[in-house]
Amino acid sequence: MIRLREIRKVFNSGRPSEFTALRGISIDVELKKVTVLKGPSGSGKTTLLSIIGCMARPTSGRIWFEEREITSLPERFLTEIRRKTFGFVFQQFNLIKGISVIENVMLPSYPCGEDIREIRKKALELIQFFNLSGKESSKIEWLSGGEQQRAAIARALINDPSIIIADEPTAHLDTKLSLEFMGFMKMLKEREKTIIIASHDPIVYESDIVDNVLNMRDGIVITGDL
Amino acid sequence: MNRLRNILDFTISSLMRRKGRNIALIVVYTFVVFILASVIFFTEALRREATTILRDAPEIVVQRVIAGRHDLIPLRYIDKIKAIPGVRSVKGRLWGYYFDPLSGSNYTLIVVDPRNSLSGVNHGDIKEGTIIIGSGISRSRIVHEGDTMPFRSFDGIPLYLKVKDVLSSESAIIAADVILISEKDYKKLSGIPSGYCTDLVISVANTKEIPTIARKITEVLPDTRPIVRDEILRTYDSVLNWRSGIILMIFWGALAAFIIFAWDRATGLSAEEKREIGILKAIGWETSDVIMMKFWEGIVISLTSFLTGMILAYLHVFFSSYSLFKPVLLGWSVLYPEFRLTPFIDTYQIATLLFLVVIPYTVATIVPSWRAATVDPDSVMK
Repeated sequence: MIRLREIRKVFNSGRPSEFTALRGISIDVELKKVTVLKGPSGSGKTTLLSIIGCMARPTSGRIWFEEREITSLPERFLTEIRRKTFGFVFQQFNLIKGISVIENVMLPSYPCGEDIREIRKKALELIQFFNLSGKESSKIEWLSGGEQQRAAIARALINDPSIIIADEPTAHLDTKLSLEFMGFMKMLKEREKTIIIASHDPIVYESDIVDNVLNMRDGIVITGDL
Repeated sequence: MNRLRNILDFTISSLMRRKGRNIALIVVYTFVVFILASVIFFTEALRREATTILRDAPEIVVQRVIAGRHDLIPLRYIDKIKAIPGVRSVKGRLWGYYFDPLSGSNYTLIVVDPRNSLSGVNHGDIKEGTIIIGSGISRSRIVHEGDTMPFRSFDGIPLYLKVKDVLSSESAIIAADVILISEKDYKKLSGIPSGYCTDLVISVANTKEIPTIARKITEVLPDTRPIVRDEILRTYDSVLNWRSGIILMIFWGALAAFIIFAWDRATGLSAEEKREIGILKAIGWETSDVIMMKFWEGIVISLTSFLTGMILAYLHVFFSSYSLFKPVLLGWSVLYPEFRLTPFIDTYQIATLLFLVVIPYTVATIVPSWRAATVDPDSVMK
């Protein structure tokens, strides 16, 4: 279980441009389930996702990952948790242009200190799993949108994380590719991964695989379980 | 270890994708190092060459000065100097210049002391009517051993002297324009009156006494000027030392170019690079990993350029006859010496250059990346 209590996030604190993105959110995210953060733009979904994924710290409030309180951990430990526990799929894919598909997939593993041949082997397995075989040496920008999405998912899985975080993953995909993405999420759920998705796409939040939808608006969660 | 290797691996493939930009960077950087290293190699080798030659120079040379100019010195001064305690020997030297209208250049005429030798050749037997010439003269006048060279004496009478030998090019730095001549022929050519010579050469028993003896000479003979060998060495040192004179100007020029270049690099972190740093942080790279990557990037570029620039400079100075600097740095001589400098590398100077160019560049690469790497990784989510 991931427990969030009274999470507040204020940007540009003390300045005229001060903005409160999250206003005291308290939720429990169940492990090995699919949770969707649903809400319009500016509702705080992405900010909440960043805080859950240890990418940003809350202004106030506390987070427990299983029994460990992680809010007060120093940056180095947060990075380690982020690297080992979370796999990220971003809205813009955030792949690095100019390098090959396989290098993009391998990238999160480089600082782990694992042998490069082992990393390459794992990356090739993932590439095969996501139907990108034959394209591992292609530059990432040569791939279609759907293929880039799959490469991004493969990269998120390279360190075998227990939690997958996806921010508006279907925003740039057509219906067919969005359904394909949800198919992959189903497979990951079957492998007992925890999946947290921020989306306002009905294909995502109305999917059969989703266990929990948290409706967000103006920085608060307005409904609980579906 | 694996972590280091993996990051280095990524650094290299990261450099490869900006091939054009990085090659341009290496070319400019290499050129700057090439100029700086050429200056260092060239001046240091030249300084060493001069020092080696001057090591055998007389400890004190005494010249007579009239109206502030060097004049002929009377031979009777020899006894006065010999009387100074600590002086081992005093000898008169005859030498001067001769303008050759045919080649449009000045030659240095030296009357050879039979007990002296220049560049290992024994010139003891230069008989009247013969000369030994420097390689520069041989080249410009196309005269060789056995040929006769015409001269015009001070009173307009032609004088024909036979070339007995040509000095080896090893001593060309000082002897390219030299003619070794017999005393009688020199006097015929220059018109120096008897009882006079060009200057006096003094050797002393104890080198520590040189300054004292030099002072005493000026006391005994107030119209003379003693020139101490160490002073000549110091002059060479300050003229050719890479931290002074024209060399310093070239050095600072190249260094300024390098600073502008490094500054541009330091402030020029593109939006694309910042975004990439954000992505790396978001997918689990620590700030230190990003810095290590940028450090390697800086090291790969700067060391490649440094080593290439060094090798090119070495080839330029020691194997291609320092073609770029020759007209600027070898002085006013018309007959440029044709000689190869002895390859020599001063590790202290190389270390200084390394410190001056590699470290600032690497820091210039790391600092902006470090600033970008300390931002929250969630910046890529926005």
